[in-house]
Amino acid sequence: MSLAQPQSVAEIKARNKELIAEVLKVYPEKTAKRRAKHLNVHESGKSDCGVKSNIKSIPGVMTIRGCAYAGSKGVVWGPIKDMIHISHGPVGCGQYSWAARRNYYIGTTGIDTFVTMQFTSDFQEKDIVFGGDKKLAKIMDEIQELFPLNNGITVQSECPIGLIGDDIEAVSKAKSKEYDGKTIVPVRCEGFRGVSQSLGHHIANDAVRDWVFDKLDPNKAPPFEPSPYDVAIIGDYNIGGDAWSSRILLEEMGLRVIAQWSGDGSLAELENTPRAKLNVLHCYRSMNYISRHMEEKFGIPWCEYNFFGPSKIAESLRKIAAYFDDKIKEGAERVIAKYAPLMDAVIAKYRPRLEGKTVMLYVGGLRPRHVIGAYEDLGMEVVGTGYEFAHNDDYQRTAQHYVKDGTLIYDDVTGYEFEKFVEKVQPDLVGSGIKEKYVFQKMGVPFRQMHSWDYSGPYHGYDGFAIFARDMDMAINSPVWKMTKAPWKQAPGQAGLLAAE
Amino acid sequence: MASLRQIAFYGKGGIGKSTTSQNTLAALTELGQRILIVGCDPKADSTRLILHAKAQDTILSLAANAGSVEDLELEDVMKVGYNDIRCVESGGPEPGVGCAGRGVITSINFLEENGAYEDIDYVSYDVLGDVVCGGFAMPIRENKAQEIYIVMSGEMMAMYAANNISKGILKYANSGGVRLGGLVCNERQTDKEYELAESLAKKLGTQLIYFVPRDNIVQHAELRRMTVIEYAPDSAQAQHYRNLATKVHGNSGNGIIPTPITMDELEDLLMEHGIMKAVDESQIGKTAAELAVG
Repeated sequence: MSLAQPQSVAEIKARNKELIAEVLKVYPEKTAKRRAKHLNVHESGKSDCGVKSNIKSIPGVMTIRGCAYAGSKGVVWGPIKDMIHISHGPVGCGQYSWAARRNYYIGTTGIDTFVTMQFTSDFQEKDIVFGGDKKLAKIMDEIQELFPLNNGITVQSECPIGLIGDDIEAVSKAKSKEYDGKTIVPVRCEGFRGVSQSLGHHIANDAVRDWVFDKLDPNKAPPFEPSPYDVAIIGDYNIGGDAWSSRILLEEMGLRVIAQWSGDGSLAELENTPRAKLNVLHCYRSMNYISRHMEEKFGIPWCEYNFFGPSKIAESLRKIAAYFDDKIKEGAERVIAKYAPLMDAVIAKYRPRLEGKTVMLYVGGLRPRHVIGAYEDLGMEVVGTGYEFAHNDDYQRTAQHYVKDGTLIYDDVTGYEFEKFVEKVQPDLVGSGIKEKYVFQKMGVPFRQMHSWDYSGPYHGYDGFAIFARDMDMAINSPVWKMTKAPWKQAPGQAGLLAAE
Repeated sequence: MASLRQIAFYGKGGIGKSTTSQNTLAALTELGQRILIVGCDPKADSTRLILHAKAQDTILSLAANAGSVEDLELEDVMKVGYNDIRCVESGGPEPGVGCAGRGVITSINFLEENGAYEDIDYVSYDVLGDVVCGGFAMPIRENKAQEIYIVMSGEMMAMYAANNISKGILKYANSGGVRLGGLVCNERQTDKEYELAESLAKKLGTQLIYFVPRDNIVQHAELRRMTVIEYAPDSAQAQHYRNLATKVHGNSGNGIIPTPITMDELEDLLMEHGIMKAVDESQIGKTAAELAVG
């Protein structure tokens, strides 16, 4: 199927506005009024995308969002590899968050690192009625005995913990005392709190502040010799090795990475971060809170950066280098020059195959804007984008630095809206999550998972861009799309044969 | 066999729900009724006068020891007391932890699934002071208690609680079959108590089913962990409980959907009976000193 597509920006804007009006038509009046505030066509020059965000999803729609527990356990805390994260409550939340979201790490799982393991208090009815405190204490004892090389424990609260008022703080304090001041962090990330996983990120950030930073002894000698070039990578979860392909660039330009938050990260790295000279922040949405806190409390500046695609990488390396002396600035130029031939080769290979292809994105809180530059480096165009859990400051950044005039914007998109939009806009690629993947592939639209990189990656850094370009080409230009044919377009004889089978 | 009557006693904490209900149920056995008492209070004191025991093993404590409620048999949790009254206590966590409301739900489901309601004429639920959450509303939800008796007195807070409980009944009256059976006034010897109780009953659209006079013999019996019916069967107080039991027994099908009133209406009721003096609107929120100056 192919629909006539508009060409000029004015035509695109008119088509998109009509499309929004069309999807809103099916809703009851009140729902349509509320959803209308989350959908828009971007006007260049505006300071934000003109949509409301971080508002409760409407009951009855299929939202793609997660919960506060997902934000804390799944995103912020889960990748800290040498701590054990207890999913406190009934077994389901722990079961479905088992094995993490491909936060790669170095270590021996079950001995000194635990990311892909799952620990849960597996609540039964009696734990709900009589409280889970005793069970939690017992689990901590068992963890100490079975996994003596763990460096700390976090308690990730599932919904019932908040309902029955389990005192996880008291248990954590008592056990910490019993185990010589061991770091034990209670996290109040009950799933029903807030409107999406976003509040879980915030709660998890606050837990680092209150239960890691505030417990540090300020008079203790630093565990390493500080240098003027110490930086911490904040908000990189090392999906498919993203933080590693980022880290090497910072190191090559002469900086020293003292911590990764939180992909392949450790408790010691969290504790050392207040000694950094600069925090470089990739995922602004999930870790701006702790970056701001470190700025206020320890005077550490922070700088947002973007390591998707050579244009944004070069821009970011120069931006980071500007915080340091000429040695680092020269280092940045050296790194950019070193990788330029590789990037030219990647672009020479893939750009002719991808030039002019259109993309629609729907991801979490950062990538709906951050990956746009990488697509543009390949000659592709992002024609629609939206966030699951962004706030207004994300839409400001999107409008001011990323999207083009006329881009379709959809906040907390519903399953129905997303399907309709893709059906009408007919992009060459959709980038979203596992729940969306098969819907669009069955529609015959190439798809890439932009949360997990479809089990590929890394996509960050120069090395990541080469993989990114290959993967996008693989999805769009796969010969499989030429082999699909609608049954009603097949010759009658063939259709009969299929039915007989 | 007549169909099973499921009743429940609600009321403000400390009003005498457990005492009144156990005495009434003991009197009902004299009418040949077979009775099961389900205590729904974590304190587990709803059956002590019948069993002569301070507290029996509760469903939830036994379940916790055994592993889960599925590991229990009905015989483990049911005790038989005065005049073959069967008694179970739901129990619950110690104050301040866990979820007692979920405990009530667990217990009642267990009793139903295990046939505790077979071969009896009455099930009586004795529920703690306030309907604080969904769990404690369990006995008034679908297919549970059909008639609620609210134990109250002439004190303002007891009447306030009675009105609140009526709101709870109203909420479930349309989805389930629960009805307000009536008010039972447990005399506190406050001013014009009988008239107030009558008026409140009328406002709620129900009846004052009985006015139980205050008598020290109730305390004497309580100290011996007995009902008055058993301790002093020939006393006047025992006769009062028999009268109440007869009224309850004859009240089948007479329950109503209550019409709870607002706080203002409740205050007006007290003023009407001269308990509270009418106060000028302009005086509200002013201290005695301020009023003296004014």
